[in-house]
Amino acid sequence: MEYEAIIGLETHVQLKTKSKIWCGCANEFGAPPNTNVCPVCLGMPGVLPVANEEALRLTILTGLLLNSTIPRYAKFDRKNYFYPDMPKNYQVTQFDKPSTVGGFVEFEFNGGTSRINLTRAHLEEDVGKNFHFDRNSGVDFNRAGVPLLEIISEPEITSSDMAYEYLNALKDILIYGGVSDCDMEKGMVRCDVNVSIRPKGQKELGKKIEIKNMNSFSGVRNALNYEIPRQIEVLTKGGQHHQETRRWDDVGGITETMRSKEMAHDYRYFPEPDLMPFEPTDAWLAEIKTRVVELPLAKKQRFIKDYQLPPADAQAFVWDVPLGSYFESVAKKSKNPKAVANWVINNLRAKLAENGGSLADLKFKPEHLVELIELVDGKKISSAAAQQVFAEMFTSGEAPALIVEKKGLAQVSDTGAIEKFCDEVIAANPKPSADFKAGNAGALNFLKGQVMKLSKGKANPGVVGEILEKKLKS
Amino acid sequence: MLNQLTISELTKKLAQREVSARETMQSCLDQIAKVDGKIHAFISHDAADALQQADAADKELTAGVKKPLLGVPIAIKDVIAVKDQPLNCGSKILGKFISPYNATVIEKLKDAGAIIFGRLNMDEFAMGSSTENSAFGVTRNPWDTTRIPGGSSGGSAAAVSADECIASLGTDTGGSIRQPAALCGCVGMKPTYGRVSRYGLVAFASSLDQVGPFTKDVRDSALMLSAISGHDVKDSTSIPHPVPNYAAALNGNVKGLKLGLAKEYMVGGLDPQVSAALQAAVKQYEKLGAEIVEISLPHTEYAVATYYIVATAEASANLARFDGIRYCDRVPGNDPIELYSKTRGHGFGPEVKRRIILGTYVLSSGYYDAYYLRAQKVRTLIRRDFLNAFEKVDAILTPTSPTAAFKIGEKTGDPLQMYLSDIFTISCNLAGICGISFQGGFTENPKLPIGLQLLGKPFGEETMLKLAHAYEQSTAWHKEKPTI
Ligand SMILES: [Zn+2]
Repeated sequence: MEYEAIIGLETHVQLKTKSKIWCGCANEFGAPPNTNVCPVCLGMPGVLPVANEEALRLTILTGLLLNSTIPRYAKFDRKNYFYPDMPKNYQVTQFDKPSTVGGFVEFEFNGGTSRINLTRAHLEEDVGKNFHFDRNSGVDFNRAGVPLLEIISEPEITSSDMAYEYLNALKDILIYGGVSDCDMEKGMVRCDVNVSIRPKGQKELGKKIEIKNMNSFSGVRNALNYEIPRQIEVLTKGGQHHQETRRWDDVGGITETMRSKEMAHDYRYFPEPDLMPFEPTDAWLAEIKTRVVELPLAKKQRFIKDYQLPPADAQAFVWDVPLGSYFESVAKKSKNPKAVANWVINNLRAKLAENGGSLADLKFKPEHLVELIELVDGKKISSAAAQQVFAEMFTSGEAPALIVEKKGLAQVSDTGAIEKFCDEVIAANPKPSADFKAGNAGALNFLKGQVMKLSKGKANPGVVGEILEKKLKS
Repeated sequence: MLNQLTISELTKKLAQREVSARETMQSCLDQIAKVDGKIHAFISHDAADALQQADAADKELTAGVKKPLLGVPIAIKDVIAVKDQPLNCGSKILGKFISPYNATVIEKLKDAGAIIFGRLNMDEFAMGSSTENSAFGVTRNPWDTTRIPGGSSGGSAAAVSADECIASLGTDTGGSIRQPAALCGCVGMKPTYGRVSRYGLVAFASSLDQVGPFTKDVRDSALMLSAISGHDVKDSTSIPHPVPNYAAALNGNVKGLKLGLAKEYMVGGLDPQVSAALQAAVKQYEKLGAEIVEISLPHTEYAVATYYIVATAEASANLARFDGIRYCDRVPGNDPIELYSKTRGHGFGPEVKRRIILGTYVLSSGYYDAYYLRAQKVRTLIRRDFLNAFEKVDAILTPTSPTAAFKIGEKTGDPLQMYLSDIFTISCNLAGICGISFQGGFTENPKLPIGLQLLGKPFGEETMLKLAHAYEQSTAWHKEKPTI
């Protein structure tokens, strides 16, 4: 029998706010233990939470970026369980009325575009971090109270590679929208996986098994690459699965039982009485809508379509947002956007890198780049000359036409002048000329190079080729 | 005897430099030394710190600084955080915990110039109606030391009644201010939910808790309320409603005001002497020109059950933080679960454990809908009852407690009987409205205070205070003092 895996992902993302979700402590990674803490995030007796408005805004912004519905009523709830890293022994989260509902993530997969629907995304507080030493343990509460968004996918992912691509696409979107830095090393993204196996074609889902403790996207892929065959093997051997939570052991490369369904927590959710329900107004939502950006995939597809860019170039502009915007501002003025992309990626980016400059203080105007491309396309200058013009334009900010004139770089297409150069070269190089005549086509390139050299790069290489050939064949 | 003065009497004398804050503070400390061995209203107090604050107040008074409570000694229930002072909530679980911060009400009282001193005894985590559930021993009623002072703010009531302070702060979740005020013969008010910040009040039931004052008369209650009220950015449930000068409303004129009597409150179990006091008050109010209107609060019979579901559910989560990890007296264990169990098993008293178990149960999967969710629905109905009644009347008059103070130990074996002694006060918290208990007379043999309660509209404290004040000033009950 053939089996298929059904995977759902719960992704926790730390939001990029200055302060924590309920207090004024810094939301900052790497501070000495228990230095970004106060009575509120330590859960001291008598303290109360006050919602960080930017965390609420970023939650809604995420919803807008992920095509979700934004309910006009959301609330916070208490999720009760005891753990040493929990300051209050309940976590404030959103249970039945989350801030965003539905939505989807689209990404490139297997040569096409895949769409995974989302169940919801809800806002909650992060907890502290336990540390175990030789003889005792400690808790660092710096992370406690950092705003955390949990994004839950529908169980629609069908392979470990697809899960991996989904996670990367989600991360790109969140970084793009300024919602989170998604720095895996700093624990800004964590995820839990739900996976079940069913005979191909069967409608109902198999028993859901949750895997925890993966600290990278490749960890998720590895865990699934282990877990899916494991589950299939159990079934093919006539065994059965029970709902359970398993832990991924990154070193051993295996998953192992953490707790069975019987041991599952009863979280006893109930509405958080210390916080008012959250009812966004039109004006507030409108303000957040102004922060919505074009998604990475949409932008890539648009660049490919509107500017006929190769996918790699489009991707480069998606990654480097300022460079992409600059490209677009030039491309809109040019008849040859593809050439614009080449100049921006191959020349401008390199120049900026070696000079440490930024796009904001470029000396030349976008029009100058357009003009330079027109000079090349109009065969007014050779591409070798264009390189010189660009270098000069980058340093001085002068217009290309001016540089061409000043440096005498105009391409020579005048056949009379070129014929003279060709005659000289053929006379000076009898052997390559003879070789060409004897059928060695490669010899032509050598002769062409000599003509170009003689013309100081100004001769139109196309015309040179034609004339040389004509003369040698005659 | 300076310690016997009211806030309004004392502030006048202080402003005129007739007396000093130090003398006043000293006379409270002397009274504590004299009577608190019998009453045990205080868990602890720092005399040196109190006198230091008094000296600072005297300096300001001499410099002509004007603040509404400048130099007034105010004692604090052990559930409200005062920076650098012990915060035990009447429990042994917090061990030697010292609060690292001030509650907003404390900041406000300090801004108003008050001397903040003492930790007042209470039922552990404010759970109880007799102050017998304290890890620091029982507090006794100043009118009869064989009797309970009421609870949970028993220490706050007894301290005011025994003149160990000028006023005090307590907290009220289901009657914990009003019932002990009634039983000790002083004035206790629970403000409208959201009127006073809860920041720094160690939560029992977050949606019901409110801080309020204990005072020797109604005018002082108004003065205290003006000082502690107002929106607080640290408390999302505090409401940005303007704070009036409540004392200015106390003009004695209640002509034409409508007072409701709820037929559902005419219950069996009401002590005849308490009933008589209520009848006398009704007559007195009519004489003062108020109109008496019969009203109905049809969901009253569900109030106690609703309360014990909502309050315990919230408490089960609120008290989860007392686990021995960051603070509390830790009892070690081999793993976190054992550490929690041992710490909590050792640190919490039986009533707290009972309520945590009850609250955990009503929130449990499979029971949530039947208990917690239904209770929330009934709570809405109870609030609606009151809002409907307030369409017809300006305030509702009730006894505060069905009986006067009972004997120590009399009800400890029967939690349900104890819970039922809160029937007149509980609905007020469920509905989020305001309530005040003031002196309505005495029982005979033994002579014990009887409290009357007025329940007011949401943010209707001015009218409620005006009505309580008019009655108080037309009687002499509030002038009587216990002999200790
Ligand atoms: Zn903090």
